[in-house]
Amino acid sequence: MVCEPWKEKLDLYLDGELLDELRVFDAHVRNCPSCAADVLAGVQMKRAIQIAGKRFAPSAEFRQRMQLHMQAKPRRSSIGFSWMTVTAVVAILAVVGLTFTYVGRERARTQQVYSEVADLHVATLASSSPVDVVSSDRHTVKPWFQGRIPFTFDLPELQNSEFSLLGGRMTYLDQTPGAHLIYELRKHRISVFIFPEESWRGRLDENSSVTKELSFSVETWSRGGLRYFAIGDAGGADIDRLAKLFKAANP
Amino acid sequence: MRVSRLDAQSDSFEELAMPLFDQLYNFARWLTQNREEAEDLVQETYAKALKGFSSFQLGTNFRAWMYRILRNTFLTSRTGLRVTNTVSLDSEEDGPDLAVGGATPETLLIDRSSQELVRRAIDELPVHFREILLLCDVEEMSYQEIAETLSIPIGTVMSRLSRARKGLRGRLQKQLQAG
Ligand SMILES: [Zn+2]
Repeated sequence: MVCEPWKEKLDLYLDGELLDELRVFDAHVRNCPSCAADVLAGVQMKRAIQIAGKRFAPSAEFRQRMQLHMQAKPRRSSIGFSWMTVTAVVAILAVVGLTFTYVGRERARTQQVYSEVADLHVATLASSSPVDVVSSDRHTVKPWFQGRIPFTFDLPELQNSEFSLLGGRMTYLDQTPGAHLIYELRKHRISVFIFPEESWRGRLDENSSVTKELSFSVETWSRGGLRYFAIGDAGGADIDRLAKLFKAANP
Repeated sequence: MRVSRLDAQSDSFEELAMPLFDQLYNFARWLTQNREEAEDLVQETYAKALKGFSSFQLGTNFRAWMYRILRNTFLTSRTGLRVTNTVSLDSEEDGPDLAVGGATPETLLIDRSSQELVRRAIDELPVHFREILLLCDVEEMSYQEIAETLSIPIGTVMSRLSRARKGLRGRLQKQLQAG
């Protein structure tokens, strides 16, 4: 009896993914003690993982807290600081989202990217420790990234500008590691994200001028195989000034 | 008018998202291996999902979308960064090859008191193996859903799943021999 091809498909069979050959496999298993034993063992293992895996249940207190969050209407919420921040942004984003009348395919894709970048920006600012390397000195922050991300870049000189560097952290977008720098301008926080350009696989067109569609101003550009995003609740002109500083530092 | 539409949207998000609460928490707890971190992770996931809900395409897989947000949030958390930085995918061992003959891990599993052993073995797996086993066997996701959740091709789902199962069997076999 030829078992090899079936042994390779055992997982597919057990996971209910063997569609075309299901009957043939069934027929083989009925006549082959070796494969039948494998199927039995596989079923037992899956069952054991299923039982062991259903292990943790949320506490009643946590469930109640989440239900309160879900019921809290934006603006009326008075719960936790970070949640407030997020909720406020949610409200703005949702309202802005509803005002779209035309969302072409191209545009939807770009929106999706912007919204992922906005997610990273908001989530970081809402966390209790937004930066992993706390420094206003670009000569400290730049080497910190070495060995953590698979590319290098230069940070702009900020003397004589109104921007100040708060620090940096590693970030991930779809498992691609990137650099995240946080700047301050008056009371505004601005994030600059840098990822390898190839990880975007044409999800974005060339460069965009500042857009203001997400309640944040966003500017993105591509230089030397890297994709940059500058995003924040500062004005578009401010974002553009920071972007220009980066472009000058990374010609 | 805008406000009422916003409310309507929030309500439908709640209807879709709250039924996933228990299972998302279970998954978060397996990933973080810590109660408080799991709660933070679930809370942040719901906040991000609610915010991104207007961009979510109805008709696409909502469950996979929620799990993907949770997992990406975990990967960028302190614990997630530590776990993924210390164990790269390439260096994950598959576990020892099994000796032929004698008791198999599966015979051990018949005993319900062995659940703790299985739990410990899952806990010890590298996070990329742990999560794919949970998605497949506990959440009973299809390969397509797993591919969407983990942002990997289906071929990778199959090979990683096979390595994860081999790794788990290897660990159980070791416990069996030790006990
Ligand atoms: Zn056979």
